[in-house]
Amino acid sequence: MNTHSGTSAPALLSVKNLRVEIKTRDGVVPVIDDLSFDLPEGGNISFVGESGCGKSMTALALMGLLPQPAGRIAAGNILFDGEDLARATDARLREIRGNDISMIFQEPMTSLNPVYTIGEQIAEVLRRHQGKSRKEAHARAIELLDSVHIPSPQLRVDDYPHQLSGGQRQRVMIAIALACKPRILIADEPTTALDVTVQAQIFDLLTELREVTGTAIILITHDMGAVAQMSERMVVMYAGRKAEEGRVRDVIQQPRHPYTKGLISAVPHLLDTITDDRPELLEIPGIVPPLTEFGRPNCLFASRCDSATEKCQAARPGEIAFDNGHSSACFYADEMQP
Amino acid sequence: MEFLRILIRRVGYAAILLLAVIVLNFIMVHLAPGDIADTIAGDMGGATEEVMAEIREDYGLDKPMLVQLGSYVGGVLQGDLGHSYFFNQPVTKLIAERLPATLLLVISAQLLALIIGTLLGVISARKPNGITSHFVSLLALFGYSAPVFWTGIMLLITFSLLIPIFPVAGMVDVTLEGGFWTRFWDIAHHLVLPTITLASIFLALYSRLCRASMMEVLGSDYIRTARAKGLSESQIVLKHALKNSLSPVITLAGLQFSAVVSGAVLVETVFSWPGLGSLALQSILARDTPTILGILFFSALVVIVGNLLTDLALRLIDPRIRNQS
Repeated sequence: MNTHSGTSAPALLSVKNLRVEIKTRDGVVPVIDDLSFDLPEGGNISFVGESGCGKSMTALALMGLLPQPAGRIAAGNILFDGEDLARATDARLREIRGNDISMIFQEPMTSLNPVYTIGEQIAEVLRRHQGKSRKEAHARAIELLDSVHIPSPQLRVDDYPHQLSGGQRQRVMIAIALACKPRILIADEPTTALDVTVQAQIFDLLTELREVTGTAIILITHDMGAVAQMSERMVVMYAGRKAEEGRVRDVIQQPRHPYTKGLISAVPHLLDTITDDRPELLEIPGIVPPLTEFGRPNCLFASRCDSATEKCQAARPGEIAFDNGHSSACFYADEMQP
Repeated sequence: MEFLRILIRRVGYAAILLLAVIVLNFIMVHLAPGDIADTIAGDMGGATEEVMAEIREDYGLDKPMLVQLGSYVGGVLQGDLGHSYFFNQPVTKLIAERLPATLLLVISAQLLALIIGTLLGVISARKPNGITSHFVSLLALFGYSAPVFWTGIMLLITFSLLIPIFPVAGMVDVTLEGGFWTRFWDIAHHLVLPTITLASIFLALYSRLCRASMMEVLGSDYIRTARAKGLSESQIVLKHALKNSLSPVITLAGLQFSAVVSGAVLVETVFSWPGLGSLALQSILARDTPTILGILFFSALVVIVGNLLTDLALRLIDPRIRNQS
């Protein structure tokens, strides 16, 4: 695990200028356009943004699971422990998936195979990556079920997914994902389909397991509350591009991109917990542009932005850097009022 | 225990269904004009009304239909399907001689259609626009639209006359002597063409359905999970996807059982296969009511048992069905 400790090691995961293209009926579309970010060993980063902003695509690109044959990594690097996953073979990616990098999904109700027991579905990944025997893997599956707080795991291990609630199924998914002690866990909207009380339990579980295992977590969500609870850093995505990145505290207290500001003002209570102000709830007018407009050389948020100028329509803003790795892709990032 | 209870209940339903089939068959056959007396009179070259009435009295055909039905059902309940006027043998014995041949044909055709159909379905679902996929679509169209007797005759011409690698007709070579294995391979050799002919219709259906259901399953969330685990493509397809996509195919196979049995009648006629089908044809032409009824009874039995097996197979595959009752 700690091969790089003590040295000024490169980040565990370093994504550089990633461009992902999807072939659609209207031509090739860059669903992720020039995305860069770093994730240190044991770090936590959140990706936020509306639906269709490229958050899930980022996750699938990291896993090497882009929709086939439509999707491909067109440019850039995904450096995992120094190895470029964007150029890795399918066989190598299969070794990494579920072992070094795992993922849990949005829909726990349909993410487990209905015709196999949950024990088998956990044991399978142990047999695949750790070469455990059937017996060892089964015993370890029970321990894993216990670690994600499924009651009486030695009985539940032989249950089928339909015998479990949504929250329990997501716990099983987490057990599968963490079975091989991965160095990165990607959680793609892990609680969107669950009840609010269950959501809190799942986040508590993830926090607890992170402390025990030291796994770095990439959380993909549109729940700003979850971001504040789970992560140190956040990336705000808009139309396949990085709008803003920084420490969660910095970004929420002083957003440097009008889109981030809009997202924050659309969430009740979020500011209340940090300040005493009771700002009005605002919505961001309009919708994310259609995929066909993703590649345009201007600011894609300009059509929905109050303070957009002609410059925003004419050119694509570069990144402006602030303290603590805070950066924003807005021409007027400097002038934004907190 | 749970399994046994369900089995007993299903067998109970099947028994009631069979009884209804017997009564309905009896009524329908007796509604049709003509009986054995006509056939006998025809063979004798004509007969007077008195002789006809005498024959009818001999066979109990002069009694009211309800009485006849009563004594028939009573006989069936004791395992007696009556006596064939035409073959002058007990119907039970007649059928016992012929049933194994039909069962052999029906079961091998169903298995062949299921196995090859599933295989083609899986292969074409992996590459929906590939050459195999188009080939399967073509085969499906052909198998489904070509009449089964025509397919049979074409196969006979090709593989028995032009390229004589398979026997033309029958189930065994009577000149052959030898032990069990000699007989086994002989029957298997005779079985090839009839099985392919009968399977051709259903093969097409199953492969199309398997292709569709496999494609749906391959797009589902749990397949994405399986990929995220780093499983190999063959594990994903053969372990995670196949078991899920088999349910519709098996359901259809169960529903098609009656079609397979009636298709067998035609195939048996084409290949002179000594099964129930050719017996049915002979007994219908002879107005041999007890034999016809006996054959209908056993056809119904085969279909009902087939459906029962389908249900049990579905239970084995899908735990959600298992837990419902």
